[in-house]
Amino acid sequence: MARIDVNHVRHSYLPNPQKDADFALREVHHTFEDGGAYALLGPSGCGKTTLLNIISGLLHPSHGQLLFNGKDVTNLSTQERNIAQVFQFPVIYDTMTVYDNLAFPLRNRGVPEADVDRKVRETLEMIDLASWARKKARGLTADQKQKISLGRGLVRSDVNAILFDEPLTVIDPHMKWVLRSQLKQLHRRFGYTMVYVTHDQTEALTFADQVVVMYDGGIVQIGTPAELFERPRHTFVGYFIGSPGMNVMPVAIDGKTATLGSQRIELPGAPKASGAVELGIRPEYVRLGREGMAVSISKVEDLGRHKVVRAKLEGRDIAAVIGEDETVPAEPKVRFDPAGINIYADSWRVEMGA
Amino acid sequence: MLELRNVTKTVGAVEHIRDVSLTLQHGSLNVLLGPTLSGKTSLMRLMAGLDVPTSGSVWFDGHDVTGMPVQKRKIAMVYQQFINYPAMSVYENIASPLRVAGAEQGKIDSQVREAAALLKLTPYLDRTPLSLSGGQQQRTALARAIVKNASLVLLDEPLANLDYKLREELRAELPRIFAAAGTIFVYATTEPHEALLLGGNTATLSEGRITQFGPTIDVFRKPVDLVTARTFADPPLNTIVLAKKGADFLLEGGVKLPVPSELVGIADGNYTIGFQPHHLSLERPNASAVPVRAKVTITEITGSESFIHLDFADVRWVMLTHGIRDFETDEVVEVFIDPRHIIVFDEHGRAVTAPKLAA
Repeated sequence: MARIDVNHVRHSYLPNPQKDADFALREVHHTFEDGGAYALLGPSGCGKTTLLNIISGLLHPSHGQLLFNGKDVTNLSTQERNIAQVFQFPVIYDTMTVYDNLAFPLRNRGVPEADVDRKVRETLEMIDLASWARKKARGLTADQKQKISLGRGLVRSDVNAILFDEPLTVIDPHMKWVLRSQLKQLHRRFGYTMVYVTHDQTEALTFADQVVVMYDGGIVQIGTPAELFERPRHTFVGYFIGSPGMNVMPVAIDGKTATLGSQRIELPGAPKASGAVELGIRPEYVRLGREGMAVSISKVEDLGRHKVVRAKLEGRDIAAVIGEDETVPAEPKVRFDPAGINIYADSWRVEMGA
Repeated sequence: MLELRNVTKTVGAVEHIRDVSLTLQHGSLNVLLGPTLSGKTSLMRLMAGLDVPTSGSVWFDGHDVTGMPVQKRKIAMVYQQFINYPAMSVYENIASPLRVAGAEQGKIDSQVREAAALLKLTPYLDRTPLSLSGGQQQRTALARAIVKNASLVLLDEPLANLDYKLREELRAELPRIFAAAGTIFVYATTEPHEALLLGGNTATLSEGRITQFGPTIDVFRKPVDLVTARTFADPPLNTIVLAKKGADFLLEGGVKLPVPSELVGIADGNYTIGFQPHHLSLERPNASAVPVRAKVTITEITGSESFIHLDFADVRWVMLTHGIRDFETDEVVEVFIDPRHIIVFDEHGRAVTAPKLAA
């Protein structure tokens, strides 16, 4: 497995890029540590697949350099980089058995048959398909086929990294839980360097130790799931992660007080913010009760394990999450849990200050 | 009103739809929820008249429409793949059903603009679909379905190919659009969460059969059988197979648990008990909670919540807790099952009790 350095990489699909907007991928400078589990998360068009394809060698960046364990691989092909890839749609040979599908990449590389057999059996155990070894791949379900794709990545002990491009998009919800936890177990046990591209926040957050959030061709934040949830660096991260996303409202700040319309909100510190100043608070930190700022309720969505309350505060839409057995009081009011308050200036988070 | 009466569809030796009876009212939103190949698309094709049932009949507002071709009925369909006319502008794409119906120009224009405004497409009316994002393309297809003024609109996983956040936004808009239109909407999905967000009614499907139909939140909270409960659970439903004997629950491997007071009324016998992942907790929720010891296989942290995968006896459970709780693999933890939220299923998988707290 390898450490991957992405050194000042930019990519444009245009022949002669001039301005930022000409780049599908603006400057990325980041190290993917050996054995790390990373997710690239963002909406379509954010550049996440471009970055993945640059790491895999499907795409050569127009600017910058890529190192695997310190060695320059920028101009090497996918095959020379020795990486495994799992795509959205399983790429397998329907007419071969499950066993032969896994053996294929090894036999292709001239691995002695005794070693092939040992590695294939190990891998079949890992992906929980040992009892299917002699079956033709044709009759398998989508999730079983995706396991074979994964197994083909795992079967080669010499790969530098395993790259995933939306691997669970076509899998039914129940099987997603099973595959996701197996993937995570494999990572814990064998320490592969894994990079996983997805637009699904649950997949990204549950899979990765570090989530790279991308927006409009650039990285807006790299952090643990908890950091992204509690301290979004940019209002986009607040919006994109969380369901519903973070409430963001324009405020004026004076010392330790934020003013929102006729309301005054005490802050845990005195942030220094200039420009367009906004207060961000996730629905999970908005407390609905009989005390605080008056709201008018627009809608209550019962989602089974919790309810989402949609309301108006000072004429603005605000969402709050309440428990499955909680109800909305007759004269509803909201308070903001200070632990969940973040202040933004021109969309970027500023420190709360003392 | 759309009625399916004992509809069965067999292709070769395979039963795709098994004895389905279902009544859908005008102005209602109806979700068909089930995994891939459970029969959602087959059922929609029968509703539309794209397929003819092997037995049974389809009725619309009191008329037998079994076998009536789709062209003769006022039906709109939206598929998972975005289907638009690539050479036409967004405006002409939306206008096309009105032009086919021979509507007058003024009416066409006002309806196209109204639908475009509803689906936030006004700035893109002069563009062609392929120059738009996936979400905008699918909104174009939805707008076309709306202007068609169809009496039945069938949406087959319409958001499956869209980004997570876009789905969230469209899901919030769709019930509002549906409510305004007064037609019968049918929406197929594999995702329990999507059914809950859409609300309306839900029919759960399993192996070509409708296992339950009713208001979405009721089907979720009070499933009539184990198959329905499993279909409508994400994360998956936690279960234990056990025997009740007097004051004890006897589990495999000689484990004995006290029967909580909420469940003492059920007869002795063999059962499966089911409970949702958020009804399993690390802290004792109330006095009659049942403590069990389970082994951690893996922990997944979303930032605000943790999913802790557990092995209990020979079954796999998921526990959902607030906040960040990390455990080592193979660590043994004590967890509590809240008996107020347990559903008990008999040997045939039928629910014999509903959860006590369900509203």
